[in-house]
Amino acid sequence: MFEFTSKEKLFSMVLMAVGIIALVIGFTSAPSSVEDIAHHADGHAYVGDMQFTEGLGGGDGHAEHMLHQMQNRPWAALFHNAFFFLAIGLGALFFLAIQYVANVGWSVVLNRIMEAMGLWLVFPAIVIILVMIAGGMHMHHLWHWMEPGIMDKGSDNYDAIIAGKQAYLNFGFFVFRSLVYVAGWVWAIKLIRKNSLLEDNAADLSIYKKQIRIGAIFTVFFAVTSSMAAWDWIMSIDTHWFSTLFGWYTFAGIFVSALASMALITVYLKSKGYLEEVNENHLHDLGKFTFAFSIFWTYLWFSQYMLIWYSNIPEEVTYYMQRFDEYKAATITAIVLNFLVPFLLILPRESKRNMGLVAMAAIIVLVGHWIDSFVMIMPGTVGPHFGLGWAEVGGFFFFLGFAIYVIFTNLSKAPLIQKNHPVLQESKYFHQ
Amino acid sequence: MATTETKPVMRALYDDDDVLLDAVKSVRSKGYYVQEVFCPFPVHGLDKAMGLKPSNIAIAAFFYGALGLATAILMTWYMMIEDWPQNIGGKPSFTWWMNMPAFVPVMFELTVFFAAHLMVWTYFAINGLYPGRKAMNDDPRVTDDKFLMEVEYDGDHETLSNLLKETGAIEISQSESKSYDHEIENA
Repeated sequence: MFEFTSKEKLFSMVLMAVGIIALVIGFTSAPSSVEDIAHHADGHAYVGDMQFTEGLGGGDGHAEHMLHQMQNRPWAALFHNAFFFLAIGLGALFFLAIQYVANVGWSVVLNRIMEAMGLWLVFPAIVIILVMIAGGMHMHHLWHWMEPGIMDKGSDNYDAIIAGKQAYLNFGFFVFRSLVYVAGWVWAIKLIRKNSLLEDNAADLSIYKKQIRIGAIFTVFFAVTSSMAAWDWIMSIDTHWFSTLFGWYTFAGIFVSALASMALITVYLKSKGYLEEVNENHLHDLGKFTFAFSIFWTYLWFSQYMLIWYSNIPEEVTYYMQRFDEYKAATITAIVLNFLVPFLLILPRESKRNMGLVAMAAIIVLVGHWIDSFVMIMPGTVGPHFGLGWAEVGGFFFFLGFAIYVIFTNLSKAPLIQKNHPVLQESKYFHQ
Repeated sequence: MATTETKPVMRALYDDDDVLLDAVKSVRSKGYYVQEVFCPFPVHGLDKAMGLKPSNIAIAAFFYGALGLATAILMTWYMMIEDWPQNIGGKPSFTWWMNMPAFVPVMFELTVFFAAHLMVWTYFAINGLYPGRKAMNDDPRVTDDKFLMEVEYDGDHETLSNLLKETGAIEISQSESKSYDHEIENA
């Protein structure tokens, strides 16, 4: 039985408190009017923004556009962190579901970790829905298509292309869809967890068979909703732009973040003397998964990039022009951390069996994917006014502390290893 | 790689891979040297039980891959930029770097190609597997459903054959030693 020590509790609480304070500072320091901007922005950013908006309208438009972007920033930071930490829970839930569907043996001793991580996803999901509702109330415009008048013919803001997408991109349907995704995910993890606890006292295979069915249903549901959530939540930020690969690309990021976190939590629990049954063979497989899906992410990133770079169609290529202009450092860093570092670090068999190296690779991959989702969300929401300020760092600390608190609490509520899982023995004797 | 020593060898035939694995372990724990084991299929954990050194082919594979990557870079640079600059789809053909994304598939494929092919040829070369090589297995049954273990011994014929019987061998015979070019770690 895992014990969530008071020291660990205190640590997570301090992280949350620091995060909340920083977030509040981030929100209150955003400018509230055009006049405010003069106090906030340095001259360089102002000039850059004027050039950026020159072709879009001119007049007072650029100052107002800039104000909106700066007001978006704390919201974007909150949304970015909520999404990144949601990914950890959602990816773990998906991994758990495939373990059941594929009758996997080796991973049974890690199932409780996946359950604890999966149960976490409801909290960032709630934050994401709240951010959406705030967008609907025009407290921010993370999603460009939510701007008032953008769908109304005759309005100054009217955009014919966006208006053409109104049937799909309207606030009511948007929130409804998101609620469906989240409800489905939460339903799956709650049910899998419930059955897993019941199985500890069960005598036959009926619960295991039920788990397989839930896993299968969830896998199909996830295949559709992970893509749709990626389009809705992230791709629709850059409303004019679209990519058919985007759902897969986002999924790769979600999955590898979850796998890296799983490896990290496993190593942490091992270092505290828990999980005796888990040995370097299980770690080896976690390392292999982290490695493989880092390569998979790179493959999808490049597939999306190369086609757009090669065809060079204006409406597509603007997406990458911004990312290779203002966001160049972040874009390149994400590729180095998510591809080169894990590739060279955990390519050899021996380093995948070494706790320290796997943990190091996991942390690097997580930092890389935090930056990657930053580059996915920020350019369309805050434009050139991005940075690593109060809201970004605060949001990260807040969710990190929150996630540690929830995941460790869930771990402490049940034995770390399932009791009556039919292939538990296989997992205990797993070697390679 | 010719043989220099001829120690007598005892050959034990088994009909189950688990029994064989235990036999290898118990024979080695008594201090005998298991010279070779012939199996109809790869037996999981046999390499560890026999005390075989881990193969270095993974390290070779990394360098083969690096060689393939370098070849691809050199090839695309020479063909597409240096020798006869190719303008395809209006992509910049002045420097290799500016056109690099278009070459990534070539770089990837040649990395895989070099790593995979050179690994296979290296494996053949190290094991002396050339066309026309005479089969090394003494007993054709090991290509069907039997397992053969060959153990070197010094003189005491009785003790070893009793030990082999205890481990579950279904047939025991003797022969002169052959030499193989595998590196086997002595226990």
